Parts: sequence; structure tokens; C-alpha cells
Amino acid sequence: MKLLELKNMKKGFGSLEVIRDISLEIYQGEVVAVIGPSGSGKSTLLRCLTFLDTMDSGELTYMGRKAVTTDRSGRAVYAPPETLREIKGYFGLVFQNFNLFPHFSVIRNIIDAPVVVQKKSREEALTEGRGLLSKMGLADKENAYPYQLSGGQQQRVSIARALALNPKILFFDEPTSALDPELTGEILKVIRDLAAEKMTMVVVTHEMTFAKDVADRVIFMSDGVIVEEGTPDQVLGNPKHERTKAFLSRLES
Amino acid sequence: MDLSMILMKLAEGMLVSIEIFVLTLLFSLPLGLLVAFGRMSKCLLLSLPIKLYISIMRGTPLMLQLMVVYYGPYYLLGISLPRGYRFIAVIVGFVINYAAYFSEIYRGGIESISLGQYEAAKVLGYSRTQTFFRIILPQVIKRILPSVTNETITLVKDTSLAQVISVSEMFIAAKALASKEQSVVPFFAAGVFYYIFNYLVAFVMEWLENKLAYYR
Repeated sequence: MKLLELKNMKKGFGSLEVIRDISLEIYQGEVVAVIGPSGSGKSTLLRCLTFLDTMDSGELTYMGRKAVTTDRSGRAVYAPPETLREIKGYFGLVFQNFNLFPHFSVIRNIIDAPVVVQKKSREEALTEGRGLLSKMGLADKENAYPYQLSGGQQQRVSIARALALNPKILFFDEPTSALDPELTGEILKVIRDLAAEKMTMVVVTHEMTFAKDVADRVIFMSDGVIVEEGTPDQVLGNPKHERTKAFLSRLES
Repeated sequence: MDLSMILMKLAEGMLVSIEIFVLTLLFSLPLGLLVAFGRMSKCLLLSLPIKLYISIMRGTPLMLQLMVVYYGPYYLLGISLPRGYRFIAVIVGFVINYAAYFSEIYRGGIESISLGQYEAAKVLGYSRTQTFFRIILPQVIKRILPSVTNETITLVKDTSLAQVISVSEMFIAAKALASKEQSVVPFFAAGVFYYIFNYLVAFVMEWLENKLAYYR
């Protein structure tokens, strides 16, 4: 089942074209890794897919519901706020810098949105939140505050926070970039576990081992376009385009 | 006149000072937040006049502002106001002055919160109001508390300015006693009263800070 469809997206900041023309489909249960040099537009793509930035033109459909369409002059038209609010419930986003709420305890970070936004009962949210925490190996941190946790633990809490809203797709924006190298493993393990449960995920990453081991599909972006996409073996093992080869060889050196 | 008499008279004035203090905080703290929103508004029609207002409030003496609020209606507009207006004028003067200072403190606090907090809240589906009151404001309050304490302590001492429009707060009482008794004791006693008042203010604010020290 197609969860997300993006057609001919464009996005610029002033005269700078960051995304030139990107079309993309994400299917149920897939893990897609988005790689590419910095400045290639990966993060902007993710920010537009999660409505943190607005695209200039293009069409975006989540689960068959149109979030963005393009008018005759080629400009992006966003669906009314109520529709967007509902569509927002289809996805979650894990940030590079976690962005946990420092004044909330770990468990409150996780259950606040389900209670306040989704109007779940506190008991139900608590049960689910505790389940998620133990899944993240943080059952004993329920009452801790974010500043008391390591970066890796904070990132796991933020993944639990995103999962608590039961998203259909989970986006990750370089989830390990802010972590010490020895802490990236625990995040990759969590993502791997989620992949085993057939969670649909789109991960912007610099971790090639992750792209290789976990992703079903790898998208290589450069200069605001998708240069190459395919299975990890195809894109990482046997790249066809010069730009992909150049990027990968730079990483190895 | 014995000391207990002096203290009695001062305490009466002190009650008025406390009244000015409490009412000013009560109105200027929320008003300051509204002013901060206006100041940060993208609409220039709103933000520019508010910038001017803040600039005037900070750039002219509070004493002068009190006089303008009190005498202004009569001398500028020819409206004569009832006797009770004296106290109202003091409160209005203090509130609009302190709201200007508080608004800049709020603005600094609000602007110091990272964009990531807003983005996280947005992706999680919080409305703008929910984001502000649940996520942003609690963090702002913690950050601005030391500056608010400073202003609050200044306010205690500023209440003595109400004397310029003859509102009988503690300082007026001290002056009257001093000239009547030909003694500086009332002034010393008034100083002690202000000091104790501020000691309590600082104590309460420190308690609040400690209460919010559970996170970083």
C-alpha cells in the first residue's frame, strides 16, 4: 500500500533552489534511507514532507489524502488546516537534536501529546508510554528528566515520543548525527528493531552501514534531485552515476 | 513620640506601599506578556507603536509618568476626576511602566527558546496556543525569573515615588514624622521596612527558582 506520494516537488530559499524536482513514493513497511552530501536538500525534503517548511510547488498525498496540490500557475496549495492537522497524525518525526521538552519528565514527554492532542485517556497513554519505554530499554528512566540522560537515551525517548502517536510513517532527520560515535549503535539497533516490526521509516542519514544493513531502498540525492535510487546493493554496491560514485568514494577515503 | 508610635505610622504607610506593589505586579505581569506579543508581531502597525511605547516608558522618569497620568486628564483634556483617582493614577502609572520593562524581559525569554521546541510541538500536533502555554511559557518563566526578581525588588523601592502625587505610602509617612519629630529615626525605620519587604520578596523568588530547578 502506498502511504506517501510526492510529485514534482520544488523548494527554494530566495534565489537558491534547494529542491529542484523530486518525486517519491513510500510504501507500507518499507525502510528508505536518504543519503547524499550536505546541502543536497535531504533535510529540506524531510522538513517539507512534515510541514515544517512549505514547498513552492508539487503535490503531496498521504494515504490517498491530498495535503498539497498545485494550482494552474504551478504554485503549491496546501489543504485547509483541519485536513493538515489530521494528516499530521499519519507521520512522526525524529529530530537530529531530539528536541525533547526539558521541563517534562521522560514519561510526560511521551504521553503529553497523546493526552492533549489525541485526547486519549491518561491511563491508556501511560500504559502505552510505559510499553514504549521498556521497548526502548528505558523502563527505569520513566521519571527522569531529559538533562539526566545521555544523548543516545534522549534520542530513544524522542523515538518513543513519536511512536506514541501511532504514526504510519516515521521520519528520521539524521538521528545519530548529534551523538558520540559510540552511542550511534543503540539508535541504529532501535531502528533495526522497528524495521523488523515492519514500521515504515524514511531515514536521512550519514550512516552507510545503516543504509546498507537496514534499508530496503536507498535514495541518493545531490543538488536538489534524486540522482539514483534502488536497493542498497544497487546504489551502494554498484552505483551507476558518477556523482554517486564520487560521493561514496569520498566517504570511504 | 516613642518608637512604637513611629512604627505604627510607618506600618500604615507600608500597607499602601504593599497595595501598590501587589496591584502593579498583578496587572503588569500579564499585560507585559501581551505587550511582548505585540512587540514581536510581524504587523508593523502593531509592533512599531508598541516599540515607541516601550521606548518612552523606559526613557523617561517614572516620577514624570505618574504626574502625567495624574494631572494629564485635567490639564490636557479638562476632565476633572474624583478624589479617588489619585490612587488609580498611581496604579495605572506603575502598571504601564512596569509592563514595558516586563515585556522586554518576556521577549528576551521567548526568543531564547530554541526553534526546535516549536518544531517538535508542531510535528506532535499541538496547536499554537497549546505549544505556547504547555511547552514554551514554562521554560520562559524559568529563564526570566532572575530578571523578574530584579524588577520586583526595584518595584518595592519605586513605590516611594507615589509621594509625588501625594498618595500616602510609607515614604510620605516617614517624611512627615521626621519633620514633626526633628529626627532621622523615621527614615532609618522606613529603610528597615523597605529592606525587610525586599528580603521577603527575594526569599519568595528564590523559593520559586528552587521549585523550577528540577530541570535544566
